Amino acid sequence: MSTKASRSAARAMISPSVLLLLCWMVVPLAMTVWFSLLRYNLLMPGAHPFVGLENYQYFVSDPAFTDAIVNTLLLVGGVLLITVVGGVLLALLLDLPIWGQGIVRIMVIAPFFVMPTVSALVWKNMFFDPVNGLFGHLAKTIGVQPYDFLAQAPLASIIGIVSWQWLPFATLILLTALQSLDSEQLEAAEMDGAGAFARFYHIVVPHLARAVTVVILIQTIFLLSVFAEIFVTTNGGPGTASTNLTYLIYKESLLSFDVGTGSAGGVIAIILANIVAIFLMRMIGRNLDA
Amino acid sequence: MARAVTPRRKAFNTLAAWIVGVLVFFPILWIVILSFKTEGDAIKTPLAVLSAPWTMESYAVVQERSDYFRHFWNSVVISLGSTVIGLVIAVPSAWAMAFVPGRRTKDVLMWMLSTKMLPPVGVLLPIYLICQSLGLLDTKIALVVILMLINLPIMIWMLYTYFKEIPRDILEAARMDGASLKEEVLYVLLPMAVPGIASTLLLNIILAWNESFWTLNLTAAKAAPLTAFIASYSSPEGLFYAKLSAASTMAIAPILIMGWFSQKQLVRGLTFGAVK
Repeated sequence: MSTKASRSAARAMISPSVLLLLCWMVVPLAMTVWFSLLRYNLLMPGAHPFVGLENYQYFVSDPAFTDAIVNTLLLVGGVLLITVVGGVLLALLLDLPIWGQGIVRIMVIAPFFVMPTVSALVWKNMFFDPVNGLFGHLAKTIGVQPYDFLAQAPLASIIGIVSWQWLPFATLILLTALQSLDSEQLEAAEMDGAGAFARFYHIVVPHLARAVTVVILIQTIFLLSVFAEIFVTTNGGPGTASTNLTYLIYKESLLSFDVGTGSAGGVIAIILANIVAIFLMRMIGRNLDA
Repeated sequence: MARAVTPRRKAFNTLAAWIVGVLVFFPILWIVILSFKTEGDAIKTPLAVLSAPWTMESYAVVQERSDYFRHFWNSVVISLGSTVIGLVIAVPSAWAMAFVPGRRTKDVLMWMLSTKMLPPVGVLLPIYLICQSLGLLDTKIALVVILMLINLPIMIWMLYTYFKEIPRDILEAARMDGASLKEEVLYVLLPMAVPGIASTLLLNIILAWNESFWTLNLTAAKAAPLTAFIASYSSPEGLFYAKLSAASTMAIAPILIMGWFSQKQLVRGLTFGAVK
């Protein structure tokens, strides 16, 4: 159906976005890779000699790197666990016939629209603060010593904040998937004598599996890059207790102005993210054919 | 699932759902409440906070002391600017890929998606140095361009999934009736595409409004949007709960309302059409 003229018109319409994205991807990426091979510090003017993989060696052998990798895994894993389990339970609850479903749904998805700096600061001050925070007041009311969340369990507190932000996303996607489940299938199974548990296990779970995978993959992409929540609460501390890979690279880059090391870290972050991305792309690509 | 349940069962489910809903929503509710209290009252115990008198004082103070509306305006310019420019580029691309698909269309789409997987911190230094050498640090222009680029793949994908759903028979019928390409786009396609474009606009304004990596790293006092302005409360002086609450309430209210309108599109946009 497409004529030669319409095809060349189509090409002209696609090319601006392709060119822009190509520049956006290739130029900074090439620069990062190039910088990562130089001894280049903005605070030390002069030549930037080529040093090969020295920056990588320096970055990886820094004990902070191991801490950051562990923290990144804990952060991503912890938030995924909380949001997926919580999201499945919430989606199942919201899918039941209840009064005011629309309003409950609006309340549940609201945190997703709160900007990260606001949610992090609100949790830090209004809830976690041992003196004036809500949890502090609550502890004093029941006569326990208030717990200083961000000082004593910084990473767990940040996992809590980030989970609160992403729970709505998981819930919304899983709820959408649940609602696309064919109810006739469930009724047929019930008539054939399948119990509530059997129906859930053999029909609902397989149906949700795909949506859960999508949630896990997409959240992982975003969670690997958690930054603002750490930036405004703990600054990665105490020590490196709440420093993830993104924050560590930021510190090397814009606090120490060590372009070489920061770029080496950047390349490592890109490689890590790509491992996840490959799986995600495969899933979405399969969906494109369907 | 339209299956019969006893009223008692339904009441129980309703109660459970409402308790969970209110708990999840509570932090937002709490900052709205605190924003209408005085600084002295805002740090009291929860019951004392609720019984304290209501006041608009904090809103006035936030505006007066920190020029709140300049940051609000920066957020508006950055999110709206990046989204509108992005749409101008994305609409023709998505249209072409949906209606004149070639052999490589799928690969191009997948490749565009892959640019979204690039962790921002991986290119922080090059972008920072480019902006620095062009004198674009702490300017709205730099953020408009960057946020446009990071959201461009999402825009194209969303528009593509919407355009795909437009029945092609209608286009063919119009063509048979002698419509030119321009007429086809203007009178047939555009009216059917408007809802999809509107949802894409909405979702991308939300994403750009809340973006907090580039906005924090590339702005200082001048071009700081609300994300960066709020971050300045992380090292406060004196009592600041009521002011932080007032600033936060104003920062999230418009986007919360837009978000509630775009629930359905959110799923489609953020899963790249994998869940609808």
